[in-house]
Amino acid sequence: MTTSTAITPDVLARHGLTADEYRRICELLGREPNWTELGVFSVMWSEHCSYKSSRIHLKQLPTGGPQVLQGPGENAGIIDIGDGWACAFKIESHNHPSFVEPFQGAATGVGGILRDIFTMGARPVAIMDSLRFGPLRPDLDPSGQTSPETAARNHAILEGVVGGVAHYGNCFGVANLGGETAFDPCYSANPLLNAFALGIARQDALFFGKAEGVGNPVIYVGAKTGRDGIHGATMASEAFSEASEAKRPNVQVGDPFLEKLLLEACLEAMQTGAIAGIQDMGAAGLTSSGCEMGARAGTGIDLDLDRVPQRDQGMTAYEMLLSESQERMLLVAHQGREDEVYAVFRKWGLDAVQVGVVIAEPRFRVRHHGELMADIPNPALTDEAPRYDRPRRAPQRTLPLDPAPAWRGRKRDAAADLLALLGSPNLCSKAWVYEQYDTMVRTNTLAGPGGDAGVIRLKDTGRALAMALDGNGRYCQLDPRRGAQLAVAEAARKVACTGARPLAATNCLNFGNPEKPEVMWELAEAIAGIGEACRALDTPITGGNVSLYNETLGRGIQPTPVLGVVGLLERGRAPLAARFAAPGRAILVLSGSPASGEREFGSSEYVALLLGTLWGTPPALDLEREHGLHQVLEQAHAHAGLDSAHQVSSGGLAIALAECCLAQTVEQPEKAPLGLEVNLSDARDWELALFAEDASRVVVSCDPARVAEVTEAAQAAGLEAVHVGETRTHGFVIRHRGQVVVQLELEALAVAWRGGWA
Amino acid sequence: MKIGVVVFPGSNCDHDALYVAGTVAGQEAVPLWHESAELQGCEAVIIPGGFSYGDYLRTGAIARFSPIMGAVQRFAASGGPVLGICNGFQILCETGLLPGALMRNAGLRFVCRPAYLRVESTSTPFTAACRIGQVLSIPVAHGEGNYVATPEALQEIERHGQVVFRYCNATGEVTAAANPNGSLHNIAGVCSEGRNVVGLMPHPERASELVLGSADGLQIFASLLAHCRVAVTL
Repeated sequence: MTTSTAITPDVLARHGLTADEYRRICELLGREPNWTELGVFSVMWSEHCSYKSSRIHLKQLPTGGPQVLQGPGENAGIIDIGDGWACAFKIESHNHPSFVEPFQGAATGVGGILRDIFTMGARPVAIMDSLRFGPLRPDLDPSGQTSPETAARNHAILEGVVGGVAHYGNCFGVANLGGETAFDPCYSANPLLNAFALGIARQDALFFGKAEGVGNPVIYVGAKTGRDGIHGATMASEAFSEASEAKRPNVQVGDPFLEKLLLEACLEAMQTGAIAGIQDMGAAGLTSSGCEMGARAGTGIDLDLDRVPQRDQGMTAYEMLLSESQERMLLVAHQGREDEVYAVFRKWGLDAVQVGVVIAEPRFRVRHHGELMADIPNPALTDEAPRYDRPRRAPQRTLPLDPAPAWRGRKRDAAADLLALLGSPNLCSKAWVYEQYDTMVRTNTLAGPGGDAGVIRLKDTGRALAMALDGNGRYCQLDPRRGAQLAVAEAARKVACTGARPLAATNCLNFGNPEKPEVMWELAEAIAGIGEACRALDTPITGGNVSLYNETLGRGIQPTPVLGVVGLLERGRAPLAARFAAPGRAILVLSGSPASGEREFGSSEYVALLLGTLWGTPPALDLEREHGLHQVLEQAHAHAGLDSAHQVSSGGLAIALAECCLAQTVEQPEKAPLGLEVNLSDARDWELALFAEDASRVVVSCDPARVAEVTEAAQAAGLEAVHVGETRTHGFVIRHRGQVVVQLELEALAVAWRGGWA
Repeated sequence: MKIGVVVFPGSNCDHDALYVAGTVAGQEAVPLWHESAELQGCEAVIIPGGFSYGDYLRTGAIARFSPIMGAVQRFAASGGPVLGICNGFQILCETGLLPGALMRNAGLRFVCRPAYLRVESTSTPFTAACRIGQVLSIPVAHGEGNYVATPEALQEIERHGQVVFRYCNATGEVTAAANPNGSLHNIAGVCSEGRNVVGLMPHPERASELVLGSADGLQIFASLLAHCRVAVTL
């Protein structure tokens, strides 16, 4: 092997490697790496691929359970959904690319997560996305730090990201069931795109990313390799500066049509029985798929780059190994059955070429023009990659724990406050976003975007799957551990509100620079919180992704773990909707966790938006009662005939009640919104009674004759159940301890709710 | 009866059309691969939604040259019933089997939501079981559904009663607010002069089971069965 360019500290820095890491590479190899090998190490040891800062913490997460067929470590987690069927799902970030080039960054984020699903043999049937942007107008930032230029750029990023998600998912043909869209100034130069995908497969027809069988051919399928996306994984592992505009060529361009062909061809080829293992080429492309497939099977792969289909001329081994061209897969076929694989890919008009062979030595070997360009033990790239227990330090608290006594100084009006919150970008209807997504393709969508959770039916078993995403950066900023627990609890609660039983979870951890001890502390705390909540709610983590270095010009994001939870709805049960079903029905509020006091109120949307400040802690959470609440919802739906269920979260009870009246009226204008009349006997002041974000609360409606039954079931689980009022044909009236505090026409609510995008 | 569903590599509503024609309507439903020029004895053909060959050039511009479309053109010329849904409608316009063209939505964005259609003609194989003026709730999901034609062509289409569906509100009024994409005259679907070829942008196959929110789309399939004298109650 030849070593050409000298490896200087500057070269290492450009590869995101430290001097210590370089010494470790030399030890593992027993020599100095050549230029190509240095590139391979740099991507495999990047934060994005190696999880070097988070791994020791992630190990604390619960990952097992009778429902889990495949935990973390594969392309996606897999759970048992009954009758011999399995569900593969995962969430992944594409934050950095979505900042550099919003449309393509978001599109390829969707493309990547879809490949993770179908590489397991599962046909993707649903996607969701969790989006975060900076404020869209200067006046929407109470801190006054958003300039008109920044707001305009935020708007362009929003348009690009939503357009990119729509472009890829719609063409590919997978239903988008919604997710969340939120705004905060900290996301101005650090937008977040977390894409979730879910697919279904027969349990006896699952595939794994393993290079099984020495002598088996290694086959490259899909798009040709170009120079696009070289070092994308390294880019996703560093903070942004003003020079990041120059990283544009690091972002890949997506081709959803090609991905659709790849999907159909892969699923068809899998049915031939000729495939031994398969993995998509995502971050770090040929390199990661090659060494990871070998590492999982305890084998090695010998690659000949001359055979790799290329769309650029004169590419070096370094470039080919690090290219992140999209829509490519690497598979291992059973020796002698290659032709069956080739025939399928030919039918779909795709390249399928043998590029290597499985070898007994556990090494990643690469040849180019007859020369050995890389020869690295697989463990050195995977298990032996660095793991850091980076220094952690609780940040100095800058926000007060308790409000300044003057917080109620201004005279406020509950109805005006409700309308202002309802029309705010964080709480208004997101129809503008999700109407751009195909939410119905494949005719499985029982509940699309706009409710608590998305629900798809399983035509083969009569069951249904519910899924929801949740995150809350503000809570996590105030207390990352409790904030992360609340994210797990809310995602699971959304699933439970459909009547489904939450089964398992996936997480996407969006944080700043882990080399800062305060950020590392936040990350460790959040992971600990996720672990505690997932144990308590019996929703093990089956996979996910960590996105660090979400920082531009030294300014990081709020710690933002985003959780995805999947649940199962038993045969014959239609999902419960968030929206009230009819007038004259009883409205009850079920609650489990302690009610917020002034201190917890400081983390609410009300305080952030209307008072322009922040204090205190996130709402308290009683995980055991939260779990009880989920079980009560499932049972009450099955036996007590609930009409609707909607969880209370951002904006508090008053917002949740308004949503129960308005939900899905934007896209179904023929369904006139329903009104209500409630009386809250809450002993707290009206601000807290209406707008505090107490955890573990759900608004349900049912036949008045069944109130006692629902109440008893809730009380048996240690929950509080309060019959607060009735649904009406018109008018929205909230009394607080008998005093009317809100009296509005439904039309006023609807106008406010639709108007947040101006 | 035997119903064929054309499958281009980028079709993504093919499964849905096969499911409704087969499982829901109880007929024999078969896929027709784009590279074949053989309709396998089908008595009706559906061209489903999706992105045929990626549609990066212009929707349906490449699909019209596929072997299967040659067979569909011959079938249509012999009076066979052909239904184009969404991308299928775009392809039928490109092929010249239907008048007009479909442009980018007036709002420039993909739009997916429930829509109302008013039935304007019952003298087609796909609306024979409907009533004139009947309002159907059927969703749209497209980026290029803005129906256009030259003023002369539009006049001809209207004069011959070739407009089959118009976007309307829940009570059947044809209003600008009910038009999701800027289509001229709120046109959602048209038929050929011979009336056996029908194209529409909304997706009846997505509204053929109450559990999905509407079963009004089943009227389109019930019409086809009635037209072909298949005795079945849907």
